[in-house]
This record gives sequence, C-alpha cells and structure tokens, in this order.
Amino acid sequence: MQFIQLVISGLAQGCIYGLIALGFVLIYKATETVNFAQGELLMIGAFAGLFASTVLGLPYWLALVAAMIATAIVGFGLERVVLRPILGQSAVSIVMVTIGIGYMSRGLITMLPVVGTDTHTLPVPFRGEVFRVGGLVISAEHIVIIVTTIVLCALLAALFRYTKVGVAMQAMSQNQLAAYYMGIPVKRLSSLVWAIAAAVAAIAGILLAPLTFIHANMGLIGIKAFPAAVIGGFTSLPGAIVGGLIIGVVEQLAGFYLIEGFKDAAPFIVVLAMLIFKPNGLFGERLAKKV
Amino acid sequence: MSEPMPNEPILTLANVEAAYGAVKAIRGVSLKVPKGAIVTVLGANGAGKTTILKTISGILDPQKGSIAFKGEAIERRDPADIVRRGISQAPEGREVFPLLSVRNNLMMGAYTRSDRDQVARDIELVESYFPILKERADQDAGLLSGGQQQMLSISRALMANPDLLLLDEPSLGLSPKLTQEIFAIVKRINRERGVTILLVEQNAALALATADIGYILELGRIVMEGPAAELAEKDDVKEFYLGQKDVGVRGQRRWKKKKMWR
Repeated sequence: MQFIQLVISGLAQGCIYGLIALGFVLIYKATETVNFAQGELLMIGAFAGLFASTVLGLPYWLALVAAMIATAIVGFGLERVVLRPILGQSAVSIVMVTIGIGYMSRGLITMLPVVGTDTHTLPVPFRGEVFRVGGLVISAEHIVIIVTTIVLCALLAALFRYTKVGVAMQAMSQNQLAAYYMGIPVKRLSSLVWAIAAAVAAIAGILLAPLTFIHANMGLIGIKAFPAAVIGGFTSLPGAIVGGLIIGVVEQLAGFYLIEGFKDAAPFIVVLAMLIFKPNGLFGERLAKKV
Repeated sequence: MSEPMPNEPILTLANVEAAYGAVKAIRGVSLKVPKGAIVTVLGANGAGKTTILKTISGILDPQKGSIAFKGEAIERRDPADIVRRGISQAPEGREVFPLLSVRNNLMMGAYTRSDRDQVARDIELVESYFPILKERADQDAGLLSGGQQQMLSISRALMANPDLLLLDEPSLGLSPKLTQEIFAIVKRINRERGVTILLVEQNAALALATADIGYILELGRIVMEGPAAELAEKDDVKEFYLGQKDVGVRGQRRWKKKKMWR
C-alpha cells in the first residue's frame, strides 16, 4: 500500500517533469536548440498565474489560462527578439544565450518590489482536500496535476496530428529545407512552437505551485526535467512524458527506500544508466536517408 | 512537335550570380523559360545547376542579377512568397518528410493553398499519375523506395498548383526504366496541365529528348543554348554529354581533343 502511495505521488511529480521535458523536446525538435530557460518559463508562468489570481482576482482556472497566454507571449517574443537574430551561430552560443535568459529572468523577477526573494502561495480551490480510495490517500493536488497533464497531452497530440499547422510543425522538424521549399513559414512556426512550449511550462508552473510554492528559484526544477527529456530520447513528445513519469517515480521511491541524499541524485543515475545501455533513449528516432 | 519558342517567357534570369560563402557557384547566368515549354539545364556535377534552382526558389539569395516571374521581380523574396506566386520545386535528393504519411507529404505541398476542394481534387489527380501513392497513402514516406520517393517529391511539388515546376535531377539514383517512366509523366503533366517545366539533369540524352529548349551550363556559366533537338545534334554535346564517339578522319578516336566553347 505504501508502495502504491509513493508511486502515485511520484507520477504526479513526474507529470510536472514531463511537462517541462515536453517544452525541451518541442523546442529542440522545431529549432534544434536546447532551451535551458525552460524552467524559468515555468517560473514566469507561475508568477503570471499568481498575479492573475491575487491582483486581478481571477478564479483559478481563468488564472491558469491567463498565465498560459502571458507566458506564451513571452516565449514567442524570446524567439523573435533574442533567438532568431543568432540563428545559424554555433549550438554552444545559442545554448549559452538560453542559459543567460534563465539567469536574467530570475534576477529580474527578484527585482520586482512586491516579489523579491519571498515565497508566495497561489490560492487554489482544492487546497488540502484528499480522496480516500481503499487504503490510499490521494491529495486533490495530485489528481489535478495528473488529469490536467492527460488533457493537455491529448490536446497537443490532436494539434500535431490533425491540424495543418501541427503537421507543418512536424514537417519542418523532420526536414527544414523541404519545409522552406513547400512554402511553410518556418520562422513564424518556430516562434509559435516557442509560444506553445512556454504555455506548457506555465501550466507546469501553476500545477507545481501548490507543492513547492512560488519563488524566483522554482525554475531550477528544469534541471531535473532535463534527464526526463533525455530518457525519452529528446526527440519524442510521448517520450518526454514517459521520461518524466519515470524520473518522478524513481525519485519518490529513492527518497523513501534509500538513504538520505539519493532522492536528488536518482534521476541522474537513471540517465547515466540510460545513456550507457540505450543511448537513443526510449523513443529516440534514428533515420537513415535513402540515396 | 510544335515549337513553343515564340511564347513570351514566364521566367527570365538576367546575369544572376550566386555564391555559397566565398565560393561562386553561378557566374552571371541568363536564361529564359517560355510559357508552357519544358526547358532543361544540363551540366556536370558542380556546374551550378542546383544553385540556379535554389536561387529561383528563394532558398539562396543572388548577389547580382535579376529574376522575373510573370513580369515581376522575385529575387530575394521569401520562399513561401515564391511558392504562392506559382513556382514550386521537387528538390535534389527528393527531400520528403520521412515520418509523415505519404498523404500528409502531399498536403504539405499544398500548404500555401486554402481551397480545400481543389486540393482534394489535385490529390486525386497526382494519385492518378502515380497510383502507388494512393496505395501507400497512409505509410510513412521514409519507408518508400527511392523511385517512389521521387514520385512523391514531384507530386508534392504539383500540389502547390504551380505555373512553373522546377525539377532537380529527377533521375538521381533511379533505374533507367523508372527514369523513363517518370520523364514520360513529366511530359504528360506539361502537355495536359500546361505547367511550364524547368528541368535540371545529368542524364542529357533523356533530358534533351523530353525538353523543348536546352541550356548547357559549365562552371557556373551558360555555354550553349538552343532548341533541344538541335543541341542533341551538335558534335560537342554528342561527345561530352551524350557519350557518342567522335570518329576522326583516320577512323580513330581523338582522345586528346579539348573542349573549347569560348
């Protein structure tokens, strides 16, 4: 029973990792850039939600939507203003820029007088509620996280499979040159992918808020979501979620059954093992071009 | 065969120069593509054939010169804008979207169009040209054979409903029989739909047999041009592009003959 309990809270935590990893993978697939500011987008999203619900007085779900939109605009703008001008530079420079964006946004947020380095609480309607199923105690927060993640993944899957823009995003990630030849607006779609990744991060931030509170450094969770993306293969959207779930569960179990300190190291041990035994990840794509 | 020479040009390149970094790939290319014709550009590896097509499609910006399509300048335009104006390309090496289904590849060819009904009719049309694409509609394009991918690449370009279709080495890596089939359909597309075609090829014999007008490109310059049938009869072309032996007075092949056109 204890084990199942741990797995459930691990899955909930894993959903958060998975959503952040989803952002890594989305941006990587579309633009071949690893965005190390993904965690900071989560933090910005959480603060946007906090602002929407405490200052604007919006109810929880509306605040979630408002935060998504606000963070999407931030993501769109980052691609357009900061990343597009350095397109074509070496991968290292681009990665450094995203790391820089992360540091700057952390710094800027603490400079806001009302925010500072304090921890803030996002008002949620279901705080503290629990469900008892059999001998299990499941908190409402965990259920909200899991259900929201499932809904979001379904929406994203539908977007990529059934809409013209979604299929075009897949197309440009598979063969960018051919996408240009087809008249697909590759640059505009890159901005759009950044916006989607930022919106997903905002959702993750708001889902995470009841568990860790909102503070300037909450984005550092991105470092743990990175292994999730690697485990999934870094090119697979379902892989990112599965990787996140694995990391979440492993972390919970390691925290409980192993000695102190293993909890934070566990995700990276899993990643090392994965890189040794299956370097392409669980769902990694490998393609050979026909000549 | 009717001579489409007198038709006004749908595409005109004037002194176009383009380079990859410091390497000049084409050095002042001028050519005219008459409306409704099949025009071929022949040349060896590295002559700059692909560069010409890339420059027309807007993938590469020319450093000098002008490109006019239907009387309007299109150089340095966005590739998407050029597709919307009516130029689409089946690029060298096919470049299909490997993990998209065959049907979705075709849909991506029609990305710039919003007339759904007409797009659906055009899918039927290209599938009538290449029935295999209908059979494999739901399969990933990466699983097709090279020849099937070439058929898909041409069909995908047709899905943009172009007035001018650019074909970059459709024979690359295909069996002679398959190449013949594809060229026959290219000709059919030209005659039935009135699509103007600019064809870049290494297979000179087949290209000259298919085209109305030919240009010969060497080291980034046009060195010869004329009706395809006339070009095929020229001695130099015969020897260097069609591989026919030039038998000298003494009945021996002149091995040391230098090619000199300028």
